[in-house]
Amino acid sequence: MIEIDHLTKDFGTFRAVDSLSFSVEKGEVLGFLGPNGAGKSTSMKMITGYLSPTSGTARILGCDVRKDPISVKNAIGYLPEGAPAWPDMTPVSFLKFIAQIRKISGVETDKAIAEVVDKTNLGNVLHQPIQTLSKGFKRRVGLAQALLHDPEVLIMDEPTDGLDPNQKKDVRDLIQSMSADKAIIVSTHILEEVEVICSRAMIIDTGRIVADGRPEELEAQSERHNAVRLTVAPEQQENAQKLLEGSEVVQSVELIGETGLRALSVDRKPILDPVLACLGKANLKTLEVQVERGRLDDVFRNLTKSDIHHFDNREAQ
Amino acid sequence: MSAILTVFRREMGAYFATPLAYIFIIVFLVLAGVLTFFMGAFLERDQADLIAFFQFHPWLYVVLIPAIAMRLWAEEVQNGTMELLLTLPITPFQAVFGKFLAAWVFTGIALTLTFPIWLTVNYLGDPDNGTILAGYIGSWFMAGGYLAIGSFVSALTRNQVIAFVLGVAFCFIVTMAGSPVILGLLTGWVGDNAISFIASLSFITHFNDLMKGVIDLRDVIYFTSLIIAFLFANTVAVERARGA
Repeated sequence: MIEIDHLTKDFGTFRAVDSLSFSVEKGEVLGFLGPNGAGKSTSMKMITGYLSPTSGTARILGCDVRKDPISVKNAIGYLPEGAPAWPDMTPVSFLKFIAQIRKISGVETDKAIAEVVDKTNLGNVLHQPIQTLSKGFKRRVGLAQALLHDPEVLIMDEPTDGLDPNQKKDVRDLIQSMSADKAIIVSTHILEEVEVICSRAMIIDTGRIVADGRPEELEAQSERHNAVRLTVAPEQQENAQKLLEGSEVVQSVELIGETGLRALSVDRKPILDPVLACLGKANLKTLEVQVERGRLDDVFRNLTKSDIHHFDNREAQ
Repeated sequence: MSAILTVFRREMGAYFATPLAYIFIIVFLVLAGVLTFFMGAFLERDQADLIAFFQFHPWLYVVLIPAIAMRLWAEEVQNGTMELLLTLPITPFQAVFGKFLAAWVFTGIALTLTFPIWLTVNYLGDPDNGTILAGYIGSWFMAGGYLAIGSFVSALTRNQVIAFVLGVAFCFIVTMAGSPVILGLLTGWVGDNAISFIASLSFITHFNDLMKGVIDLRDVIYFTSLIIAFLFANTVAVERARGA
């Protein structure tokens, strides 16, 4: 449903997005990850027809955004970064304006508005000027706007940025509830969000894709994947460390507090049995054992070093 | 067309949702009155016409129209709503035209509210109301010209103050284009043909006829084509902001 074809954007001599190609199908929720300035927002602005690509294009439901921008804009629901809305309007007048622009008929308008107001819990603030609303409500007004015409393709730039934990959960639940019959792209830099709502995660850095897969697959690239976290009696911590460092399946051992240890696996293979056997042989009692899945944070940091490169360049000058 | 009207209605609503509309109308009416009675010596002239009223309109507009026009696009960029507006299924020209139309109709409303001066002149004497109507129509078209320029300038910057200052400067130049000041500056630099062309662009030259009741098609065409030209330039400026 979403087809990105060598999408490229230059700002002067700076290449913000570099020949990005991927596609998103119905039922997929793609988490768009990357450090600030990686090109996430720029890509979304090109897909939704706001910025013109320097080269390449995006096709939505088969319509080329360069040749037929109106059809593309009809098919997409878009929440721009910061959820902009005209501050002097009320949510209800704002949504009515969107309905008219989207050519929703008069009869359907009331129904469509009632539906998104219900989904986004805007009922209590419908007649207050948007400029007087809290950040959470403003974000929900932006979401309501994006959902009003029940689009097949939904693109949201940091939909949960600046929301409190309850509001974040509401928005995540909403996205999940819609995911079955839409193609969704969500940008975020909250990594746990990706694990919760996305069926696919894509990390981009300096305008290029550096990783693309299911969140579990990306986690498997973490050095902590299949690491074993142990708790032992305090007086045995040192002993356990020595034993584990001697094992050939263990790459290294980290101490955690007074009683904890983490054994990182060589080549990220499962090492639970050999680790327990190794400690068991020495009659060392483990109080608690846990196999770690790995952390998206580590993967993210390893793959996106663009900030550091910039910093190095500056220092070299 | 319906997209233009939708944008138009939203913009109209925005004028009256804030004090902007009321302040503008009050300032416009007060200034128009002051200029007519004191500078224009409306009563002392003892003439049953509204020349004393209309003759100051170009100067009134040079200052006040950029104050309306400055927000048209600079504010959209500032609010981030530019991105929202241009990712809705409308073309940039529909947005440009809808916003312009709302501002133009709004100045039309302000202009209509000067009707007490028309009542006054009818009470005091027996004016040619056809001439007065021509003056009003001419003034409104001239306001449209200033607005189109101001809207274009507003699309060049995200800063409303810069949009205002540049708008006033632009409007001043087109108003003065036929005056000795501007022409004197240019004499010797450009040819005579160019001089007479520049002089013919002056708002005042075209408005003077309309103000005196002569609806010359050329003057109407002049303002209309100027509006269209600047709205296209405005569209290009909006496209440029998108990196097209």
